[in-house]
Amino acid sequence: MRGRRHWGARKEGDEEAMAFLDRAARSLFLTELLGGLGLTLRYMFKPKVTLNYPFEKGPISPRFRGEHVLRRYPGGEERCIACKLCEAVCPALAITIEAEPRDDGSRRTTRYDIDMTKCIYCGYCQEACPVDAIVMGPNFEFSTENREELFYNKQKLLANGDRWEAEIAQNLAAEAPYR
Amino acid sequence: MPKLTIDGIEIEVEPGTSILQACEQLGIEIPRFCYHERLSVPANCRMCLVEMERAPKPVAACAMPCGDGMVVKTNTDLVHKARKGVMEFLLINHPLDCPICDQGGECDLQDQAMAYGFDRGRFGENKRAVKDKYMGPLIRTEMTRCIHCTRCIRFINEIAGVPDLGAVNRGEHMEITTFVEKAIGSEMSGNLADVCPVGALLSKPYAFTARPWELRKTETIDVLDAVGSSIRVDTRGPEVMRVLPRVNEDINEEWISDKTRFAYDGLKRQRLDRPYVRKDGKLQPATWAEAFQAIAAKVKGVAGNRVAAIAGDLVDVESMLALKDLMAGLGSANIDCRQDGAVFDTSSRAGYLFNSGIAGIERADVILLVGTNPRWEGTLVNARIRKRYLMGGLKVAVIGDARDLTYPYTHLGTGPDALQQLADGSHAFAEALKGAKNPMIILGAGAFRRKDGVAVQAAVRALAETFNVVREDWNGFNVLHSAASRVGGLDIGFLPGQGGLDTAGILAGAADGSVDVVYLLGADEIDAAKLGKTFVIYQGHHGDKGAHRADVILPGAAYTEKNATYVNTEGRPQLARLAAFPPGEAREDWKILRALSELLGTKLPYDSLPQLRQRMVEVNPVFGKVGSVVPAPWGSFGSAGALDAAPFVSPVANYYMTDPISRASVTMARCTETFVKSAESAQERTGTHG
Repeated sequence: MRGRRHWGARKEGDEEAMAFLDRAARSLFLTELLGGLGLTLRYMFKPKVTLNYPFEKGPISPRFRGEHVLRRYPGGEERCIACKLCEAVCPALAITIEAEPRDDGSRRTTRYDIDMTKCIYCGYCQEACPVDAIVMGPNFEFSTENREELFYNKQKLLANGDRWEAEIAQNLAAEAPYR
Repeated sequence: MPKLTIDGIEIEVEPGTSILQACEQLGIEIPRFCYHERLSVPANCRMCLVEMERAPKPVAACAMPCGDGMVVKTNTDLVHKARKGVMEFLLINHPLDCPICDQGGECDLQDQAMAYGFDRGRFGENKRAVKDKYMGPLIRTEMTRCIHCTRCIRFINEIAGVPDLGAVNRGEHMEITTFVEKAIGSEMSGNLADVCPVGALLSKPYAFTARPWELRKTETIDVLDAVGSSIRVDTRGPEVMRVLPRVNEDINEEWISDKTRFAYDGLKRQRLDRPYVRKDGKLQPATWAEAFQAIAAKVKGVAGNRVAAIAGDLVDVESMLALKDLMAGLGSANIDCRQDGAVFDTSSRAGYLFNSGIAGIERADVILLVGTNPRWEGTLVNARIRKRYLMGGLKVAVIGDARDLTYPYTHLGTGPDALQQLADGSHAFAEALKGAKNPMIILGAGAFRRKDGVAVQAAVRALAETFNVVREDWNGFNVLHSAASRVGGLDIGFLPGQGGLDTAGILAGAADGSVDVVYLLGADEIDAAKLGKTFVIYQGHHGDKGAHRADVILPGAAYTEKNATYVNTEGRPQLARLAAFPPGEAREDWKILRALSELLGTKLPYDSLPQLRQRMVEVNPVFGKVGSVVPAPWGSFGSAGALDAAPFVSPVANYYMTDPISRASVTMARCTETFVKSAESAQERTGTHG
């Protein structure tokens, strides 16, 4: 390209003749082909990028916003205090909460539903939560065979929490300095 | 008239106006916690500090009266620094538990901390923790959150007149307490939750159930007594979550009674949500068509004078008018809206209204209460009398039960003989009435609920005329009804027509077989046993006494579920608005009657609410002026007769349970347990009880 600009002062006819020679020389010496083969050869000795999903999985950020969980305190007490901030902040209106005093007088939910088909995975709910109860965990593999299974209730969310607690606790610890 | 400058704006105010009130007139907002416009001014929260020229330090705007030539600044660095300091002190001991606090989202402290709060705490010591106090079944306490504004103490002592709350200790150790563990014995205690600027005093039945931002607010009126307080009904979906007062200076100022506030859970229980028809002695669920057919089969072919209708206490004017027109179509004059059997002369409107208006109480200087316990029959009327009493120079006398009314009074007697003593001037109180500038007589529903009701009415009218209670510019003759539908029913003429039977006559007719069909429109306070073998149609919203006796039940709508007109005891037509839809197959009452009329062959001539309201105005022009009182001209009513010596009895035996809604309410049942039953057992107790 630089050569063409250099020759720009010449006449049109000369330019066309030079381009023809250029193309002919490239075809004759197979430079492009060899270049391509060289690239292939280079990649042959590089590590592979494809993963054998689902047997292999890529790394995900500690900030990854996957499936929701409701966490518990180490003692087994559920964290959620039914403040309804997540319900209020949810832009997709996917969360429904009902609450009443539990027998011991504490404020607890009687119903905590997330409609996962409505959820847009913005993560505002976990930002709003004052007790880190609702957290979007690292799980993204929760596809179901029908819609109904995506209407999560409190039981399902707490079960998720119990399942992913170790990873979530680690992720939250990793994020703590930036919050 | 002092003239002062606030933020560079000159303003002239009434003498005695505080700087804070002057700022409000100018639209300048001053943050405050302890100041409340209807309570005394303690100036102890220090949040309203403003800068004043020639003053050595900031002054509390709520307690500083305006003076001539004052120069006040509300928006300077000094003011902000002072308020931020106050806020930091307030937050030292206030817990950071907004997420679990019911006040969250409508909390004065939360809002003002957004404006004046520091973004982190500098307080390294331990926070104060205070033990929660028991205050009865209505008020939940979280005393750690208290910021010692003392609004609750001032409210309960000044407005409610029940000195049950106070503070012990001082400084950081100060605690609001009931002194001994007891429930607050006031019918207005629910207002404490509104008065409290933080989440220290909260509504117990509402605990943790909803957040203010998820509620739909409907401005409507209350019908559980005849005062017709302005309320706001907060709903979430189909459910009423809470009831709050609305400011209405003419009626309830900004308070409501506990029944108004807490009986809403009765709207969710014992509801009639589908028609029923009695088959083989049992009420069976039915469709609307089946229910209507059952009625038509029975009513058709029955002579008009063998059909009767009684309207209950919570019925709106629209449905009463529809039923009245329907009965007229059937050729029946046997209708009555006084299910309690009260007898009074309704020829003159002034004879059954609270003529001076509830706000008019503030102008009275002598009040005579006859056969009424206003504390239970019209809590806010009583609050208004107490407000007048606090202004000073009020004399009150009572004929009837001597009860604690929260202000001192002279007890003249329990029966009509005391009226006669007043009339002939033999009682000393007659002098007070004679010398009064604006004398007032309040006649309770109990005075009419007796055989000589018309004679009592005439006797009181004579008394009113003797003592100049009725003048050109003042009408102190007042009737305090206890049922929300009563004045509306009287105004619309839901009364026995020519040769018609009244409630007592209908019940007697039902017993001896001269009445075949009785239509109960929400009437539950009648003696159902007296209905004998008649065919009873019950239209209403709760499965109460009337529905138990009914042969056909038509499910109607409660007052939060329909757009309807009610007239309060002053004669003020007010609109109740739909806040939630009626449950199940229940429908608005006038629509049921309109549909039924077609089947009975007497089609009512209105198809929509505006048409029906037009008809209401035709029947009585007062319905054309919703929200305002049309003064009733004084007429001659009542007929003098022999007075029974029996004492007056208040119609309200248990304040917390007076109607189907409050009888179905769990909260009201708890209150009955706590206040009414414990008071009864306390009377039976002897010294040996622990």
